[in-house]
Amino acid sequence: MAGKTLYDKLWDSHLVKNLDDGTSLIYIDLHFLHEVTSPQAFEGLRLSGRKPWRSDANLATPDHNVPTTPDERSQGVEGILDPVSKIQVKSLDSNCDEFGISEFQIDDPRHGIVHVIGPEQGRTLPGMTIVCGDSHTSTHGALGSLAHGIGTSEVEHVLATQCLVQKKAKNMLVSVNGQLNPGVTAKDVVLAIIGKIGTAGGTGYTIEFGGQAIRSLSVEGRMTVCNMAIEAGARAGLVAVDEMTIEYVKGRPFAPTGDTLEKAVAAWKGLVSDSDAKFEAVVELDAADIVPQVSWGTSPEMVAPVTGNVPDPATAGNETKQNNYLQALKYMGLEAGTPIQSIKLDRVFIGSCTNSRIEDLRAAAAVVKGRKVADNIKEALVVPGSGLVKKQAEEEGLDRIFTEAGLQWREPGCSMCLAMNADQLGEGEHCASTSNRNFEGRQGFGGRTHLVSPAMAAAAAVHGHFVDVRELELN
Amino acid sequence: MKKFIEEDGLVMPLDRANVDTDYIIPKQFLKSIKRTGFGKNLFDEARYLDKGLPDQDCAGRPVNPDFVMNQPRYQGATILLARVNFGCGSSREHAPWALDDYGFRCIIAPSYADIFFNNCIKNGILLIVLDEKIVDELFRETEATEGYRLAVDLNAQTITKPDGSEIGFDIEDSRKNVLLNGLDDISLTLQNKEEILGFEKQWQEQSPWLFKTIGT
Ligand code: SF4
Repeated sequence: MAGKTLYDKLWDSHLVKNLDDGTSLIYIDLHFLHEVTSPQAFEGLRLSGRKPWRSDANLATPDHNVPTTPDERSQGVEGILDPVSKIQVKSLDSNCDEFGISEFQIDDPRHGIVHVIGPEQGRTLPGMTIVCGDSHTSTHGALGSLAHGIGTSEVEHVLATQCLVQKKAKNMLVSVNGQLNPGVTAKDVVLAIIGKIGTAGGTGYTIEFGGQAIRSLSVEGRMTVCNMAIEAGARAGLVAVDEMTIEYVKGRPFAPTGDTLEKAVAAWKGLVSDSDAKFEAVVELDAADIVPQVSWGTSPEMVAPVTGNVPDPATAGNETKQNNYLQALKYMGLEAGTPIQSIKLDRVFIGSCTNSRIEDLRAAAAVVKGRKVADNIKEALVVPGSGLVKKQAEEEGLDRIFTEAGLQWREPGCSMCLAMNADQLGEGEHCASTSNRNFEGRQGFGGRTHLVSPAMAAAAAVHGHFVDVRELELN
Repeated sequence: MKKFIEEDGLVMPLDRANVDTDYIIPKQFLKSIKRTGFGKNLFDEARYLDKGLPDQDCAGRPVNPDFVMNQPRYQGATILLARVNFGCGSSREHAPWALDDYGFRCIIAPSYADIFFNNCIKNGILLIVLDEKIVDELFRETEATEGYRLAVDLNAQTITKPDGSEIGFDIEDSRKNVLLNGLDDISLTLQNKEEILGFEKQWQEQSPWLFKTIGT
């Protein structure tokens, strides 16, 4: 019998029952909630008179539409100026209260983007099944847990039953072999992967990321990679557990301790794919070939190396794809053949659950240190992923490096990643963004997003256009 | 839950690949804590020329005459014809809520994003997957014939064209069953309460660290 993949193992260990119709009942260990996709689920519980199955398996925090200016945030939930957002955040508070769910409220020091605080708190543990009404739940797979996004009906279902009805996905291995070149980061790796397999390449699969380049990434870097598994169409991304994972988890507030930790570690060590495991699809990349990436279009698969040009739609293969390229170029206001480095920028956003952890901020700070934001940049935001990331950054003096260079230092939240709060692009503005989606209007009506790594975004802030971060000297 | 049995309706073609959930319903409308009222903002950024705001009356807004949804011949459409990877992006169920609220009961496309697919089933919207060539042909016929309708029969798994010819489609039994009967899947799952409790007990014995929340 062939061995099992990590995904097979996680699936099997959480299988409650195979149902007659080919689906399965899967037990969920941890459920994250936020203000945008939960109100209707709580309402559903109320209407049907149901209670959460296991309230201690839930953790909530408002992140999607909270303001990030220190002024608005200094007064907690009452300080939110947008009345509609305020209602949503207050609804989360009162729902959590009513249903006995722990919440890091807007003014809790541990507050932040749900996918940043889960691992940070040790709430996310290897071997768990984790869901959240948010597609970037795939982030948590970096710790060897099976994690994916669900819709609001499923949020209600998990609250009420602690289970999810699922069909098992297929197994895909994306192996990034060899070593990355200096200046090439986890973000570039995942953008290059999506550029290669496309935004539907992973549909129907769980992707395990492996290979030497992935193993060499820090746990935070692995989170960046798994975060964008969904951008490749896969609901879940995984990285096998190793010593680095275990070291990362140890000592975090919710992590087990003492004897329980020893027992847990013994179990976690088995969270790897067996050497004879079978993957239905295998994709290989050579790490040495990957250069810093910049997205030029309106889909995360529309990426080019920073040394390259905006592609010609004629080279796009079939007609649907050519039309897609044409629509993207029109929206982005770009012409085929334009060198990526000549794209002028108006704004810079460093943040989001993809790239707002301490390492990301360190990488960006190293680039802007002792430099100034270019004149054509109207605004450059740095939005830490959590209150604790912010605190750590301030202890390291990163906030001063940013503000001295002319970037704004904000309070944690999703911010301009989806622009549900006041942090938005203006019509036609180009933004170098460390977030994960460059869809039309994602960062503001008519806004034009270019996805890049934190170091690339920082370099773009200083130069006013894209530059190859590998050529910069760091102060 | 809402049922889907059959739909005989006008078809609207949306000729665009990788339609994402931000395109289906932009984020500013996600601030609502209700499930209804999203239809007027379906495809908001393509449909109107100005920027839409939550709770706004859309009646006086300038519409984009080029967008397919604003063409008189497609008014009242209930079947959406779409391209590959429809519904990619976020997990927002507001996307199916908006499609449903506007009146779409069925979507035909070569492929869909996973989370969106599940979300539609939960809202009684049937998603039909057809070969790209057949979808191409349907696009041609829809665009060429004003008032082009299709009759979808989930029980028989057929789509009947205006000329009477039929196209068959596949659907998983589980999904078909849920749609035809409008089943409440929480009640269905709770029928397995004993098994869930049993699983939970052995899982807690095996992995106690998953059940102790410390540090709160
Ligand atoms: S940072 Fe962006 S992608 Fe991440 S959870 Fe928030 S809105 Fe979603």
